Amino acid sequence: MTATPLLEVRHLSKNFGPVQALSDLSMMVRAGEVVALAGDNGAGKTTLIKAISGVYQPSGGEILLKGKAVSFASPQEARDQGIETIYQDLALADNLTIGANIFLGREPMRRAFGILPVLDRAKMAEAAKSTMALLDFHVSRLEAPVSNFSGGQRQAVAIGRAVYWNAQILIMDEPTAALGVPEQRKVIQLIHQLKAQGRGVIFISHNLQDIFAVADRIVVLRRGVRAGERRIAETTHDEVVKLMVGG
Amino acid sequence: MTSSPEHVAPEADHADKARTVLQRVADLRAWLFLAFLILGFEIWSRVSFGGTFLFNPFNIQSIAVFAVAPLLLATGQTFVIISGGIDLSMGFIMGLAAVVAAHVINWATPGMGLGFAVIFGALVAVLVAAIPGLVNGMLVAFLKVPPFIGTLGMFGVARGVAFLLAGGTTVPVKNEVFAALGNSRLYGVPYIIMVTAVFVVIMHYLLSQTKFGQHNYAIGANAQAARRAGINIKWHLLRLYVLSGMCAGLAGVLYAARFSAGAAQAGEPLLLDSVAAVVIGGASLFGGSGTILGTVAGALVIAVIQYGLVFINVAPFWQFISVGVVIIISVLIDQAQRRFSGGRQSE
Repeated sequence: MTATPLLEVRHLSKNFGPVQALSDLSMMVRAGEVVALAGDNGAGKTTLIKAISGVYQPSGGEILLKGKAVSFASPQEARDQGIETIYQDLALADNLTIGANIFLGREPMRRAFGILPVLDRAKMAEAAKSTMALLDFHVSRLEAPVSNFSGGQRQAVAIGRAVYWNAQILIMDEPTAALGVPEQRKVIQLIHQLKAQGRGVIFISHNLQDIFAVADRIVVLRRGVRAGERRIAETTHDEVVKLMVGG
Repeated sequence: MTSSPEHVAPEADHADKARTVLQRVADLRAWLFLAFLILGFEIWSRVSFGGTFLFNPFNIQSIAVFAVAPLLLATGQTFVIISGGIDLSMGFIMGLAAVVAAHVINWATPGMGLGFAVIFGALVAVLVAAIPGLVNGMLVAFLKVPPFIGTLGMFGVARGVAFLLAGGTTVPVKNEVFAALGNSRLYGVPYIIMVTAVFVVIMHYLLSQTKFGQHNYAIGANAQAARRAGINIKWHLLRLYVLSGMCAGLAGVLYAARFSAGAAQAGEPLLLDSVAAVVIGGASLFGGSGTILGTVAGALVIAVIQYGLVFINVAPFWQFISVGVVIIISVLIDQAQRRFSGGRQSE
């Protein structure tokens, strides 16, 4: 627990004009740790992850990646440094294969007959197969568009894309919200896999059951400030709810 | 590391064979249509005239020549429709290119000689056709004008400019090389069919084997996802509409070659045929799906219907009805397929 944290946020604040969305927020994520962000609507969870992932520029405070201060002008820069955000809508092109989605925007090419550049579909399929296997999802339909897969499997594809590009920190916004119960469990299982691989995970959730199933720590936000932080092993549902609603 | 007490991995993937086969069949529907049509005309022809329809080289060649211009428009239209847009201006861009090709070749022939004048005229015509395409692209990509409206505006502009340049009439071309390009054959195959075939192969390559093609599918399915993946959507759309303008330009040049004249209204009836060919070929007007090979089949279906009905002596107006019915059937298959593949959940 003494190692440098993967990600550390110090005294972060963000205001939109006179509206203080986030103030003096500090938190950290260590390698192999899952941190849940909880809080009511408008508590600042989304603002926080957007500041970390480069969508917003913070108004104050700093972000440290492996002990080094960083600032991201765009989500692309954050991604280049290993911070990948998976939004609720997953951002998949439903008509393309798993491999094509993993490589979307950075497609590998090969030369047919030694001259003609063509998409390297074999490489994409191979990467899809091995990456998804890392997540314990064994795909045989490598030619099928992702629309043919279930919600949990699609979540796995979105996570797989981040894993393939070597994301060290995955930020997940309500990863289980749109899923049925069995699919939710699969996603929880995926998060366990990421943890076992030594990646850091931040996830927003309203579902305390999910949080208690997978998180190591929970950071509760209320009206833009940190209402409290607890180790999951040392807290209860009741205590977390109290932190969320105040009182 | 703690392993979860409830180890629920995503279920192992099992390919659904019957579904995949059905999907393949649905993907090939345009070719099936084509096969049925040809079979129908063949039977009709044998029963009523005692002759063959399909195995008559003259028929095959006529159908192919018939299909050239709609197919060229439709290849560009395929790209645009896959991206989730539509290009309504292609018909009059084609007319504009035909008029420009006619004028430029006439102007250049005395100075450059027959052959070079043709090459020069064709290049200028295709480049001029790229201009309305560029404007379409800017409207759609940068000014966020819906493609239907932006290209409808350009439909009017291209139409007016084409008629103005043509002086309201057709512009005859006096150049034997150009006429030969439009009407002569090499080993029995008309030049315009060869040019079209080569062009279609290039477009197929562009759509199915390059990043440009791959991004086109992604943008059509989920533009947001494409943007988050770092794809420059504006730049892509700009190039896309330039490409479709140039397809229309090539169609205009080949039209002018075939008739040795440029006419502003050359492509007017072909625009909707091009959209129909793309839809019959299996593309969805919602974007995200379609192939050049499907579009080739779609264009051939239309050409076979049009030529076949004339061949069996049916009043030409039946063409409209038949093509219309095929479009509707095609869209119905697309809808059914969509419901079929979208409705499946794992639990």
